[in-house]
Amino acid sequence: MFVNNPYRPEPAVIKDIIQETTNIRTFRIVLNDEEKMRNFSFKPGQVAQLSVFGVGESTFVINSPPTRKDYLQFSVMAVGEVTQALHKLDVGDEVGVRAPLGNGFDVEALKGYNIVFVGGGIGMAPLRTLLLYMLDNRQDYGDIIVIYGARSPEDLCYRYEFDKWRDGGINLVLTVDAEAPGWKENVGFVPTILAEVEPSAHNRMAITCGPPIMIKFVLAGLKEIGFENHQILTTLEKRMKCGIGICGRCNIGTKYVCIDGPVFSYEELSKMLPEL
Amino acid sequence: MRGKTFIAHDELPEVLERLSKAMDVWIPTAINDEKYEIQFLPYQSDRLPVLDRQSTMPPKKVIFPQVETLLHFSRKKDENNPFKSHIKLEDEEEVSPVLVFGARPCDVRGFLVFDEVYLNGPYKDPYYAKRRKKTLFATLVCETSDNACFCSAVGSGPADQTGSDLWIIPVDGGYVIEALTERGENLMPEMGKDATEAQVAEARDVQEKVAGLRVGEADLTQNSDAFEDRFSDNEYWRDMAFKCISCGICTYVCPTCYCFNITDEAKDLDGERIRSWDSCMFNHFTREASGHNPRPSKLERYRNRIGHKFSYFPKKYKGMIACCGCGRCIRRCPVALDIRNVVLSLKKNKENVDVCK
Ligand SMILES: Cc1cc2nc3c(=O)[nH]c(=O)nc-3n(C[C@H](O)[C@H](O)[C@H](O)COP(=O)(O)OP(=O)(O)OC[C@H]3O[C@@H](n4cnc5c(N)ncnc54)[C@H](O)[C@@H]3O)c2cc1C
Ligand code: SF4
Ligand code: SF4
Ligand code: FES
Repeated sequence: MFVNNPYRPEPAVIKDIIQETTNIRTFRIVLNDEEKMRNFSFKPGQVAQLSVFGVGESTFVINSPPTRKDYLQFSVMAVGEVTQALHKLDVGDEVGVRAPLGNGFDVEALKGYNIVFVGGGIGMAPLRTLLLYMLDNRQDYGDIIVIYGARSPEDLCYRYEFDKWRDGGINLVLTVDAEAPGWKENVGFVPTILAEVEPSAHNRMAITCGPPIMIKFVLAGLKEIGFENHQILTTLEKRMKCGIGICGRCNIGTKYVCIDGPVFSYEELSKMLPEL
Repeated sequence: MRGKTFIAHDELPEVLERLSKAMDVWIPTAINDEKYEIQFLPYQSDRLPVLDRQSTMPPKKVIFPQVETLLHFSRKKDENNPFKSHIKLEDEEEVSPVLVFGARPCDVRGFLVFDEVYLNGPYKDPYYAKRRKKTLFATLVCETSDNACFCSAVGSGPADQTGSDLWIIPVDGGYVIEALTERGENLMPEMGKDATEAQVAEARDVQEKVAGLRVGEADLTQNSDAFEDRFSDNEYWRDMAFKCISCGICTYVCPTCYCFNITDEAKDLDGERIRSWDSCMFNHFTREASGHNPRPSKLERYRNRIGHKFSYFPKKYKGMIACCGCGRCIRRCPVALDIRNVVLSLKKNKENVDVCK
């Protein structure tokens, strides 16, 4: 996208907004420059810096897959200045986009494997892009299990597409932290449900994203089931500014999450300095 | 090619005056006529360079301004729909050529560290690149090291010419000037008259004498692994960072500290995206939106400053230490933390670590 100036955002317009939960909104945007939009290519798991001009920039994963290019989708949880400013925007308003940034998932290396996704809360966003990519290339991947949890049924994102995921042959296991009226799926924390489902580690890759505390227990759970470090992938969140390896903010030892990540295997993480 | 030239002390203003017609000439300038604070400022007729001591601040801002505009944006009203507006972006304009006159080898080395990150990484920084490309360095062989200096301990030295375009050697009555690069050579016609044989000989002696000096006794270049071994020794880092008050001065005065923040400033429909120097010694630097902070206390932040300069950077960039040994952080730290001591102690066992220095 950026030929000469990687700091220069591409103007884009918001085409659609979906209220996912009380504090998460999904934005579907299209670059103003039609040719750039047509030629825009990225890998699942790569991120963008979204600008609200006058407020600032923040990092979000492009959670639509590269196989569906009508728009680029971002799900934004309102937590601070830029995210709240994004939530105030309407359809037709303009934002700036710097993308694609980061390494993304290696979809080629994942071919032929069975997959288990383990996501919590907004952590489902980076998993969604890969999940949809796999649905669009279904023959390349084995069986796919998705374990997705949130505090309550109202805190689950993408509820309106769950049926489509299931129609695509996904074994979707949903869970919420506590009983809720009308809720017919699982109740319990994600790591507990993971232990119940106990997906075989044989020829399987696990891909997880969620709050640090969930990740910690999911990791232990996966190990228990028999997953090795190299079979587990995650995508990290670090405070970012430049997104291009220069501003010096997002390093873990010698690795920069913005250019060497955000996707890492636990094999890689175990060799990095413990500063997560 | 012109040989060496000589500029007498009283001819220096004239030379700078002529040079400044063709380019922006930055010189170490005494603020308020006192030599207590010396800053690099653009040459003006009433300003003389202070060349007898190191500047308070390095010339970092000449190429990497403390605050700079990355882009302007203005929101234009949509004619068809008064409730909508469109964004119009404008880049910053070009820059003029610059000569930094009177930098020191450590000052120049700071930019060699920057170059690895800003020019040679997967993305090139266009703002840095445009200034860097147009900046020349006339560097002074350094005869005035003090007890905070340690350039020889980090792989450089007071006569290190790497990165300089012109070389300034103080001799009796003035300065002998020598071109080190083609771009430097192009400025030689402006650099006074031809030096006499005696002046050339004197300059050679000075150069040899300074090249033979070792500024900083220890060798601080081989600590990558020792740092990693010490990484999880919280007691060590707690002791080392105990006095630190997280003021950030050490990063502010540092020629090799290159981290920045990006923010927007806007009024009504127009505004700018600016970047400004930031510091890894500040708490907010890595604080994530969730409230989680991978470097929650000064222990982790101080550790990162040491690790970045003496372990991560050399691991990534062929052994280059991201510290030029200028000693500014040692002179300016309000609680007298000495980076040399922290790095040296990495290899010591607990009993021998000196935390009071
Ligand atoms: C690779 C990556 C992918 C990501 N993907 C997504 C995604 O898909 N969806 C998503 O929602 N998020 C995602 N994030 C997180 C997202 O980038 C952050 O939530 C976002 O940057 C927050 O920006 P903000 O300006 O709204 O917050 P900020 O205003 O910067 O606030 C950050 C935090 O600091 C606090 N704070 C702010 N100012 C102050 C102050 N002056 N004093 C004290 N505290 C203060 C705020 O309360 C908040 O907790 C991702 C992050 C990364 C690194
Ligand atoms: S100058 Fe000294 S007190 Fe201030 S942040 Fe640096 S080490 Fe800490
Ligand atoms: S760390 Fe200290 S001595 Fe080293 S370059 Fe920076 S200011 Fe100079
Ligand atoms: S976000 Fe700037 S270096 Fe990674």
